[in-house]
Amino acid sequence: MRKLLEMFITFAKVGVMTFGGGYAMLPILEREVVSNKKWATSEELLNYFAVGQCTPGIIAVNTATFIGYKNKGVPGAVAATAGVIFPSLIIIMLIAAFLQNFAEIEFVQHAFAGVRAVVAALIIQAVVKFFKSGVKDVTGFVIFILAFVLAGLLGISSVYVVIGALIVGLIAGRLGRCKE
Amino acid sequence: MTYLLLFYEFFKTGLFAVGGGLATLPFIYDMSARYPEWLSVNDISNMIAVSESTPGPMGVNMATYTGYTVGGALGSVIATVGLVLPSLVIIVIIAKFLQKFQENKLVKHAFYGLRPAVAGLIAAAALQVMKVAVLTLDKFSETHNILNLADPKALLICIATLILLYLKPLKKIHPIVYILCGAVIGVLIY
Repeated sequence: MRKLLEMFITFAKVGVMTFGGGYAMLPILEREVVSNKKWATSEELLNYFAVGQCTPGIIAVNTATFIGYKNKGVPGAVAATAGVIFPSLIIIMLIAAFLQNFAEIEFVQHAFAGVRAVVAALIIQAVVKFFKSGVKDVTGFVIFILAFVLAGLLGISSVYVVIGALIVGLIAGRLGRCKE
Repeated sequence: MTYLLLFYEFFKTGLFAVGGGLATLPFIYDMSARYPEWLSVNDISNMIAVSESTPGPMGVNMATYTGYTVGGALGSVIATVGLVLPSLVIIVIIAKFLQKFQENKLVKHAFYGLRPAVAGLIAAAALQVMKVAVLTLDKFSETHNILNLADPKALLICIATLILLYLKPLKKIHPIVYILCGAVIGVLIY
């Protein structure tokens, strides 16, 4: 029970600190779940993100469900998922009830211009971290570049990128090019 | 009855929207076409702006907001639970499978290809965030002046944060501290 509560609170913290959707969550998730609580390694986090990309639902929620299940089974999955959505539920309800024009307030716009620039820096740092733990050889580097070009420059849906990479991984494995 | 409908609509969205928060958008637009009394296209634009300036996953924010306008606090909860439930079930099944087959060669090979791809996708996401937060590409393509490539204030904040992030004695500082500082600096300089 205590571990479940701890899980709920940790993921609620992650939920509060995530501005701007799934990927912005990565740096915070890395800090809280990998460095602090050691509930997953950063390689596992990449695995979960990969699966979360090509399964239905929100990536942030999918990742929380994964980590919860891995540590505490189905109750853990529910606790982590409930935790990650709890803050937005409360915050959005308050905004919907009291602040219809929240996003148009000048003060809010200025604050978020600053926040976005910081989040950009945090995500760049996350890219460096996950490059180090995800790219181990030349094949990996080629996949990394291809994924970036396809999704980032050509606007191909990440679902197809993930499915393509999965196939490349299986073929590379067949050819004995996987480094364990 | 409305609550049941709300649950059903968001359950469907959660089941079929693959690829994260923005993937829910087409479903939400479709919803507003079928239930104009729930939310208008204008409401959706507002929701996107609100979602970008509040914490939390965008899809959840959308569901909570729509749920609230349709049926108050209870509506919020019902819409959000509806949205999350399908992926909760699907991920638990996949996680169970993964745990069992973690040592399986094919699974290992699949992840060997997936990990660098996800790193690449994160790099692509970083580019998108840079485009919104720091770069001013419209201005650049109009003037072709290299000085118009980025918003100088945002660029300064971004570079300063990066430098701080890589300073050894500051490694222990939690990212939220930088985010809060960013908010304060944003209010002060813009």
